[in-house]
Amino acid sequence: MNVVIPKFPLAHLIDVALNWLTTHFAFLTKALSHGVSLVIVGITDALLWLPPWLLIVAVSLAGWRVAGRRIGIFCALGLLFIWDLRLWEATVETFTLVLISTLLAVIIGLPLGIAAALNGRISKVVMPVLDFMQTMPAFVYLIPAIPFFGLGAVSASVATVIFATPPTIRLTALGIGQVPADLTEAADAFGSTRRQKLLKVQLPMAMPTIMAGINQTIMLSLSMVVIAAMIGAGGLGGNVWQAIQRLEPGKGFEAGIAIVILAMILDRITQHLGRNSPATHAK
Amino acid sequence: MAKIQVEHLTKIFGPRPQQGLRMLDKGASNHEIRETGNAVGIADVSFEVEEGELLVVMGLSGSGKSTLIRCLNCLNASTRGHIRIDGEDITRYDREQLLALRRRKVSMVFQHFALFPYRTVTENAAYGLEIQGVEPAERRARAVEALELVGLKGWEDSFPGQLSGGMQQRVGLARALAVKSDILLMDEAFSALDPLIRRDMQHELVSLQRRMKKTIVFITHDLDEALQLGDRIVLMKDGRVVQFGTPEEILNNPANAYVERFVENVDMSRVLTARSVLHRARVVAFPQDGPRTVLHKMNEENYSSLLVVERDYTLRGTISLEAAVDAARHGKKTIDDLIEETPSIGPDDPLISVINTLAGWRYTLPVTDPEGKLLGIVTRTGVISALAESHPGDSLAELDESAVDSIPAEGGEQV
Repeated sequence: MNVVIPKFPLAHLIDVALNWLTTHFAFLTKALSHGVSLVIVGITDALLWLPPWLLIVAVSLAGWRVAGRRIGIFCALGLLFIWDLRLWEATVETFTLVLISTLLAVIIGLPLGIAAALNGRISKVVMPVLDFMQTMPAFVYLIPAIPFFGLGAVSASVATVIFATPPTIRLTALGIGQVPADLTEAADAFGSTRRQKLLKVQLPMAMPTIMAGINQTIMLSLSMVVIAAMIGAGGLGGNVWQAIQRLEPGKGFEAGIAIVILAMILDRITQHLGRNSPATHAK
Repeated sequence: MAKIQVEHLTKIFGPRPQQGLRMLDKGASNHEIRETGNAVGIADVSFEVEEGELLVVMGLSGSGKSTLIRCLNCLNASTRGHIRIDGEDITRYDREQLLALRRRKVSMVFQHFALFPYRTVTENAAYGLEIQGVEPAERRARAVEALELVGLKGWEDSFPGQLSGGMQQRVGLARALAVKSDILLMDEAFSALDPLIRRDMQHELVSLQRRMKKTIVFITHDLDEALQLGDRIVLMKDGRVVQFGTPEEILNNPANAYVERFVENVDMSRVLTARSVLHRARVVAFPQDGPRTVLHKMNEENYSSLLVVERDYTLRGTISLEAAVDAARHGKKTIDDLIEETPSIGPDDPLISVINTLAGWRYTLPVTDPEGKLLGIVTRTGVISALAESHPGDSLAELDESAVDSIPAEGGEQV
């Protein structure tokens, strides 16, 4: 005799829940989506309105100031190469998406990280959720994003934020947790309020670790923004996606190399921002 | 009224401090209480600190001294008992009152300095003022003033990481001094420094204290340091006070075997002073004396030399037996031009420096007051027997071998 254990209808339940959420809240998320997309388009247009050479000079100078001459030269050569490959527009679109996603991730992640560091109970709730967010295959976020935010850049950035926020939260909490106990004790001993202790001691001490978290978030955003091309995010990911569908390895590599250059520029500059932060005067 | 009064203070760490208290009252040992998951930090500690006093709390690690000092600014909330500062019971303070206490009245210096590495030396020293909301210009001025006081002029814009350990602790001290609190809590403040620097810092603390008249509670595990600094000493063991008294009282009357064991290992040559081995000079010579008079005086007491003083007992020097014999042979009228210049020591010099002076001098060593008048003498035998008495058993050998060795075995003053 065959006993069939009925399949637990997880997929069905999730779909029903998402459907319910969509029918009741989509008007909200769609409105939000409209707003965000205006911002994204606005920033992209503004960056594209500037002549590429001017932007290249500006970024190279910034790289030189923050990270040294070699990085500055690398920025200049790398971006000139991208321009030459006729990928300038796509690169700017991708950069805008990374910028918006990272900003959102930091706006969400920093306070959550601080809360998790200062409150054990919040930490106990947040940390498993982070594990879930990070191990869930990134594509999966794309599917429900569409009914809420529609095809395009906004859905892409929402999925990106979900995927890329965890390192900022984690490393913010870690950085604050690692502040030596005698420093927080000194802050207390001189009569600091909790707020003063956080702003004057804990955050400055944690800054290099927090910056490392933000750096991670930027790198994850960049990788996700490419995947998000599947739902019409555009940018360099769009070029890669097109190359896959048309089986054009050459074009695929061109876009891929542009992504690598963009990633290296963002990585080096933000890494040095972290290294130059004041707490690194420690021995 | 005492500046700080600590009354029956008890601190129990752990999930159920009240249970720990009940066990303590029934006479349970620290070990028994630890088995229930609680731990006794300090138990029934009472003492008081007078205004302007430097009180040392002394004990080995785990004796509860760090717990105690953190109760004094409520970084540790005490479980039972009272702490009165200027008569106010701070164990009853609410959060606002506590902040005010820590900002204005009690400041702290830490064992590992606890400086903020991302702030300059001046910004570190100004931290307490910044927390109080003092204007930037004023707090910089006050921080610079405090830095000058601890000898860090010229380092204002350095970062702590660029400073040596001793200098970092000066910053820590300046940070505590800048807020101009009456009470300074120093938690093993010099323990992380190497011995030479530590001695310098101890001297400076004592001289700062003389000028500023702070009330200081100083924690240490080093009895030499405790004896050097403390007006009074609280000796702790297992969270309890074993003895509370002046350094002299603790050295001379150890309350129990535990204190005795501690005291045994003290380098007495640094603790005892010349005063404790001072003898009256029974015979002295005067510059107007003739050589035969001097020889007669020496003969009577069996001395090989005599100290020469003016009529008002101002020390002139020493006349030796050889010089006196020679003068008598040549028929000199007085010994005035035969007086040898003589080193002298003050009554409060530690024996260690007495030993060093003795090692380079053949005759009796005079002790003089600051005006140069003769108070008495110290002899080699006197110093050695004082050290031997203060060290029951074999500890004389451990003392400071080189110093003892350099004393000639034959007392130079006997013929």
